[in-house]
Amino acid sequence: MASAPIAPYNSSPLGNSSSPNASRESLKMEPLADVAMLPGEERVIDKDIIYICPFNAAVKGKVFITNYRLYFKNTDSETPVTLDVPLGVISRVEKMGGASSRGENSYGLEIICKDMRNLRFALKQEGHSRRDIFEIIFKYAFPLSHGMQLFAFLSQEKYEENGWNVYEPMEEYRRQVLPNSEWRVTFINKNYELCDTYPTILVVPFKATDEDLRRVAAFRSRCRIPVLSWFHKENHAVITRCSQPLVGMSGKRNKDDERYLDLIREANGTTKLTIYDARPNVNAVANKATGGGYEGDDAYQNAELVFLDIHNIHVMRESLKKLKDIVYPNVEESHWLSSLESTHWLEHIKLVLSGAIQVADKVSSGSSVVVHCSDGWDRTAQLTSLAMLMLDSYYRTLRGFQVLLEKEWISFGHKFASRIGHGDKNHADQDRSPIFLQFIDCVWQMTKQFPTAFEFNERLLVVILDHLYSCRFGTFLYNCESARDSNNVRGKTVSLWAFVNSDTSLYINPFYTPESSRVLYPVASMRHLELWVTYYIRWNPRILHQSPVEQRYKELLALRDQYLKKLEELQLSDSTHLTNSSTPNTATPNQHITHLQTPF
Amino acid sequence: MLSLGSGGAKSTKPSFVSYVTPEEIKSEKDPSKQEKHPDLLPGEVEFCSANPILKYTQDDLSQRGVFGTLFCTNFRVTFISDERPLEKKAKTFKNKLYGENDIPLMCVDHIYGVYEEKRKPITGALVKNKNPSKMIIHCKDLRVFQFCLTYSKEEDARKIFQGIAHHCLEEKSLKCVFAFSYMGTPSPSPEMPRKQETIMFDSPEDWTREMKRTKANCRLVIENENFELSQRLPKYFVIPLAIGDLFSYQGKGLPIWCWSHYSGCALFKASFLPVTQEDGDFQKHLDTMINAVAHNHLYSVKTEDLSESLPNIQDIQQSYNKFKQFFLIENSTDFWLSDVKWFSSIESSGWLDIIRQCLQKAVEVVECLEKDNTNVLITEEEGTDLCCVISSLAQIMLDPYYRTLMGFQSLVQKEWVAGCHAFLDRCNRLHLKDKECHSPVFLLFLECVWQLVQQHSPAFQFSETYLTVLSDSVHVPIFSTFLFNSAHHRENIMKAESPLAQSGPLSCPTVWDWSVQFDSKAQNFFFNPLYLEKVKHDRAVRKPHKPKHQRHLSLPSSAFKTPLKKGFFKDEADSLKKMLRVKRLSRWRGSPDAPAATTREFYESWQNRPLDYHGLLLPYLDGPAVRVWMQRYLRWIPEVYILGGGSMAVMTKLMELQNQVQDLKRALEQRDPSQAAELDHRPYLQQRLLSFDSSGRLSSSFPFAYTRSRNFKPSIPIALMQSLMLTDSLACQEDEASSVVSFV
Repeated sequence: MASAPIAPYNSSPLGNSSSPNASRESLKMEPLADVAMLPGEERVIDKDIIYICPFNAAVKGKVFITNYRLYFKNTDSETPVTLDVPLGVISRVEKMGGASSRGENSYGLEIICKDMRNLRFALKQEGHSRRDIFEIIFKYAFPLSHGMQLFAFLSQEKYEENGWNVYEPMEEYRRQVLPNSEWRVTFINKNYELCDTYPTILVVPFKATDEDLRRVAAFRSRCRIPVLSWFHKENHAVITRCSQPLVGMSGKRNKDDERYLDLIREANGTTKLTIYDARPNVNAVANKATGGGYEGDDAYQNAELVFLDIHNIHVMRESLKKLKDIVYPNVEESHWLSSLESTHWLEHIKLVLSGAIQVADKVSSGSSVVVHCSDGWDRTAQLTSLAMLMLDSYYRTLRGFQVLLEKEWISFGHKFASRIGHGDKNHADQDRSPIFLQFIDCVWQMTKQFPTAFEFNERLLVVILDHLYSCRFGTFLYNCESARDSNNVRGKTVSLWAFVNSDTSLYINPFYTPESSRVLYPVASMRHLELWVTYYIRWNPRILHQSPVEQRYKELLALRDQYLKKLEELQLSDSTHLTNSSTPNTATPNQHITHLQTPF
Repeated sequence: MLSLGSGGAKSTKPSFVSYVTPEEIKSEKDPSKQEKHPDLLPGEVEFCSANPILKYTQDDLSQRGVFGTLFCTNFRVTFISDERPLEKKAKTFKNKLYGENDIPLMCVDHIYGVYEEKRKPITGALVKNKNPSKMIIHCKDLRVFQFCLTYSKEEDARKIFQGIAHHCLEEKSLKCVFAFSYMGTPSPSPEMPRKQETIMFDSPEDWTREMKRTKANCRLVIENENFELSQRLPKYFVIPLAIGDLFSYQGKGLPIWCWSHYSGCALFKASFLPVTQEDGDFQKHLDTMINAVAHNHLYSVKTEDLSESLPNIQDIQQSYNKFKQFFLIENSTDFWLSDVKWFSSIESSGWLDIIRQCLQKAVEVVECLEKDNTNVLITEEEGTDLCCVISSLAQIMLDPYYRTLMGFQSLVQKEWVAGCHAFLDRCNRLHLKDKECHSPVFLLFLECVWQLVQQHSPAFQFSETYLTVLSDSVHVPIFSTFLFNSAHHRENIMKAESPLAQSGPLSCPTVWDWSVQFDSKAQNFFFNPLYLEKVKHDRAVRKPHKPKHQRHLSLPSSAFKTPLKKGFFKDEADSLKKMLRVKRLSRWRGSPDAPAATTREFYESWQNRPLDYHGLLLPYLDGPAVRVWMQRYLRWIPEVYILGGGSMAVMTKLMELQNQVQDLKRALEQRDPSQAAELDHRPYLQQRLLSFDSSGRLSSSFPFAYTRSRNFKPSIPIALMQSLMLTDSLACQEDEASSVVSFV
């Protein structure tokens, strides 16, 4: 297997679906034995099984499990029903029913997935077939709980581009015209000694010495000191990010921290530094009990503190759970809107977006800002990256967006491993939370409101979310750079960006119109926010999915190109006609164009 | 422009503080300035005016005002600003009849007076009391105007306030509607070739052509030409062949033909028979009618009483009244406060649900025609309200002709205008006290069509902008189209000998003469750039449908092939007839067979086929699919404007590309016509050429409202926490299980 020819593997990124569209695509794959497996993927077991499809009746077929995926194909009818589910997407496996329960299909298996669906199967009673399959799924879906490796480390995929080179911190800072007279690059965290959840390269105020940084680190939760995220080239205002100050019950102060924030303010002559605390006010106060807190007025006199009222990871997790309840398997019919409202999902989106709008607005008006929440790796990452997306058109390109994710999320230590629970059987872990999904949803809302401002399309966002869970690529593994380094993720796994950039045409938004200096302000009103149906309800074949606009535009583009080509040919033949009168082109014009016809 | 109040989203309050006293304003005024007057339309008369009046603007989320003069004429309420207009940029989409500061009298929905900070709806009784300090006008096209009356002389203010209230709210006679004073000369429209005209269905020829087009095997009734049969029936109409007796019950209960399916079955609508009749007679007559419909094809019919299965017109009115309130936003604070409970508010009005029910009912009708090939007879009290909604919707789903602009207009003529929908009563043009008969039934129909348009845009030649403009035009009192209760009513009033007309017959334009409102450039916005035109091989007027290349869905009506039909019933035994009749009756007596379950199958078989935009079209009806018509309802609310965004951004690009393609094609044609034709079969549309002001960025509300603020500030929500006061323990928890490590 390992020596198999390594061609870029083009699976349909949305292919793990039973919808008619996707199944048509996957028709290329022959039943079971001929599934195009990834290099490094190995077959483990296959079994006769009944897939209890929530949208149709029960479907008889075969399930095929590898160390990467669960693949199902029906055997009972002409219309193909397939499932192609990376095992990484599985959150929980349960046995349902058994000897004591009645009715057919009583030996059931339920698989709860992280991507808004549940799969139910029924097995024969004989030969412990359910036990076998249950144990195998359980083992391969949660390899870390069984002392095994994630698939990303077993995969032998090779791509032309090394996706790990997409983000080079120095290159990105140079793009932002850094370092400069106000901001310097420091290597103090080279060995993760200052802060083990930060990247090695940091940008800090020019006037702050390394000794200052160490003292500030002592006063910030998990040593996550304020460092620069983004620099406004015209007005020199900056977005900086950090964790909460360790004020505690007694209201401790730290002169170094106060002076450090003032250095950030001074760098571009901002009169009042704005500190955005992402949390609701009450939560910030409550944090004092555990040693945290917020920047008080008297201690930070040149700063203004604004709470953005975004709730914590547990609230978001419950909200998504409620959302799943109303969209899967069936969409709540009679009271759709009030059910949607009661999940609060879009309301949380609204809060995150409006927080980011405030940050972006402040910065573009010339004031520097500090953004933090409790630890500065969840809500903070959402706010800084969304504000940067609004302010800097580079991040709205296909490459730039990859850089943005690598920088603000991956390198600054959003705890992907804890939030997603890669390969871990503990599905009830309180650390899990859809913070990154919520961010991608916010990006989607922006692309909906500004359909011409982003170079990438919705498909990229879906692919990112699919591989957030799949464990096929190393991109989203581990909690921080230090952990990635010690596990040699860059050396042993492939980056998602290698896969994405191997065929960028799939992810290009045809309506993209570059406008470099433009700040995007989405409207954070429920009037405009909508549920991302094509992601959250994509498994339901009864929901309207396709948007014809993109297709139509591409057809027109093709037609335009044909006309252009024809015109050029005519011009060419005219000129050659002058020199050589026996051009074959003019002789048989009709033959020539028949194959150019478009299917209008 | 005068800035009042401190501005900004945070500080605006519903009440309004002015820092400028009237004296200051007076002194500021230029003494040499001439009085301004509105440019009157031919036949328009000015009633009264007042100056200075402060009109509040909502442009940049701050409450500001402009001083000017408020006029009331027999056509509109209009405000003319004292400020000299800044370099007047030509609007691409300008209505020739009324501008952004004009409110046609008929378009006024409600007037409120603000008395000592309290808002009170103005009714006849309140007008006599003292002047309000502020007058708020809610329009039927969802604009909101706020005028401050305290700066002008009290007498002037009283006059204008009472004048407006009188002309907009009090009961009046039809004669007072501006259409009867309007002297606009009908402009010839040279750009529209004759063959593209809307079919008016006011002549026997129009009906005959329609019957021919759909291959209907029915009878044209001309006996009502002088409305001797009934004043509630169309002048001309079509009924099943088998009906002999027309004159009993004054034409009530007559099954009126709407449309024929290519299989031969057809859709009919009927009003109820009067209930006073004796039971036996009644039943007999009913049976005759139903038998006549059944006789049309395969001896089968399904009847559906819409008054039982759909909300009545009062329910519709109530629901819409609730619904529209959510869009009549007076200030930023209101906007953000209502944002919190937005979804549940919308749901509580029930409006989207009514839309869904209508679409669902239309799908059931379509299923009978398309899948079962049975005739359908829909009935209701008058037969001119929900019958019109359902029959029009069914026809749009089944017949691609009605998805073209001209086809759609012809459909509205056929089912609604010629079909005697009581526009005058339903729209409450005359402000009659009897509220029972008001109901936005036609708007409901447009809403349903909009749902189809947004779900399947390539199938429609017209755009949502067209639908929005059409919904506005209902309240422009110039067009004859929406002014009457029936064909008889129209003819009676329009006739020369009618007492209303002074000199010669009255000739109001129809709404379909769009050049009355928009120049041809603006009319381009009516066309949907996504429309996939059907490849036509000849340019003749649309031929009757050939079943073979559309209608993929029709299941073969197994036993009864069409060719057999003719002789079959006549010659063969009665027994089969009887058998079928039993079947028919059982259907008709109507088990309320769970429609959702049966339709689902129909749906799925439709979904499993590739979507043909020129074939059968069904709406998606699940929760997320039925949506709020954003363009119509949100276009005047500055808080929701997305600068440089919205779907218009995409449409603009699409139109630009289309122009490029057209230009290239033309260039190619000049060089070598044969080649160009080979590449693109679609007919050449001259009208589609658009030019956009590429320097100015458009907002999502384009083409209706323009964002004028130069330095755009994002709107930041306020009152965010109102609903999210989460009380459960989760909200108070820490993100991480372990507490923060303290280093000190």
